[in-house]
Amino acid sequence: MFRYQSEGLAKQIVAKLKDLKLTLRLMHVCGTHQDTLVRFGLNSMLQEAGIEVRPGPGCPVCVTTAREIEEAIALARSGKVVATFGDMFRVPGEKQSLADVKAEGHDVRMVYSITDCIAIAEKTDRDVVFFSIGFETTAPTPASVILHNPPENFSILSTHRIIPPAMEALINMGELKIDGFIDPGHVSAIIGADSYEFLSSRYNIPQVIAGFEPLDVLIAVYMLAMQIRNGEAKVENEYARVVKPEGNEKAKRIMNAVFEPCDISWRGFPVIPGSGLTLKDEFVDYDARKRYEDELSALSSDYKEPAGCRCGEILRGLVNPDECPLFGTMCTPQHPVGPCMVSREGSCNILLRYGTM
Amino acid sequence: MCLAIPAKVVEISSNEEGVRRKAKADFGGVAREIDISLVDANIGDYVIVHAGFAIELLDEQEAKETLELWRELLEKLPENV
Repeated sequence: MFRYQSEGLAKQIVAKLKDLKLTLRLMHVCGTHQDTLVRFGLNSMLQEAGIEVRPGPGCPVCVTTAREIEEAIALARSGKVVATFGDMFRVPGEKQSLADVKAEGHDVRMVYSITDCIAIAEKTDRDVVFFSIGFETTAPTPASVILHNPPENFSILSTHRIIPPAMEALINMGELKIDGFIDPGHVSAIIGADSYEFLSSRYNIPQVIAGFEPLDVLIAVYMLAMQIRNGEAKVENEYARVVKPEGNEKAKRIMNAVFEPCDISWRGFPVIPGSGLTLKDEFVDYDARKRYEDELSALSSDYKEPAGCRCGEILRGLVNPDECPLFGTMCTPQHPVGPCMVSREGSCNILLRYGTM
Repeated sequence: MCLAIPAKVVEISSNEEGVRRKAKADFGGVAREIDISLVDANIGDYVIVHAGFAIELLDEQEAKETLELWRELLEKLPENV
């Protein structure tokens, strides 16, 4: 339908970037951007122009904590049907994944959409829990389902997170100098370009919202380079064919009717204030954490990350996957140790799949 | 996870008040049911679909203009570089 792949134009953009003679470190916060950067060899093209693009905490599966996975496992072990997206299925908690628990005979289902989970709940008398992960792109989907009278045996284990507070946390942690952000296209489709303004005005950081075709990403990098060269720090929108300044008002209204912000820790990060989404009190019946408090009461508050795993540092943009001693040896897509190797949006999985940064 | 792909709404299959709005969408030749509760989509609209839900309309005119705008952006800048 709409294709934005032109090698000639890509070479033109990179040539212009080289002419700018800048040395920049940019960060994106979206696993699909990482896929585009690696799959089409954009990273190496950009490195020749002095530009490094690092992945940040943009993979929702990867930033889900071991404790949250342990919650889902505990619910499966207590006899609930637990359903989740395929990417989450094989991510280990402290020791086991939901796939391991299914292999033991517990009822864990992989679904494409929360609507598949509703269909499961409608056909059984058993309690069905949707392990509900994702950023703002995904959060309106459970919200919509909950507003449309789902079955009484249905609830969600919300691990939804929102992106701008994590970007702010990264800046404030100060571990890595970031010259500009490539903002995530589909998160932005919901929250809108205006949602990032505070970061540019407060921290003087340039941002460009980008789509997912190779040229989308290259143009976004070019727009960032031009802002930096011109001494500007603003939010620009390369993905205007989908993203509006105000976002999707209807989806935001639905999301905000059902969820409220909460403080939550991200894998590799401390607690980030206001970066999580929890169900409002009026929807307590659909909140698996409240509904199954007893089943979850035995869980520890602190789960250790797997020994040697550097996913936390990878998610903060501090190291590349191949700097992890487990990468490709002890940790592979077949036998993953950390989440970044499991999810198709995880940096380790992407690097191993395409073979080069 | 945030992967979303464009599709064209070809039929609105459920549009009642208080019920999830469903549509049949064409993903480049493959038809699939999607939920359109999050958008105001009509037949013929292009939507961006994520996890079974249309999350936003795709602005066809804006999409067609994008490449042209890029060319202009690149062409007008050599003297600034």
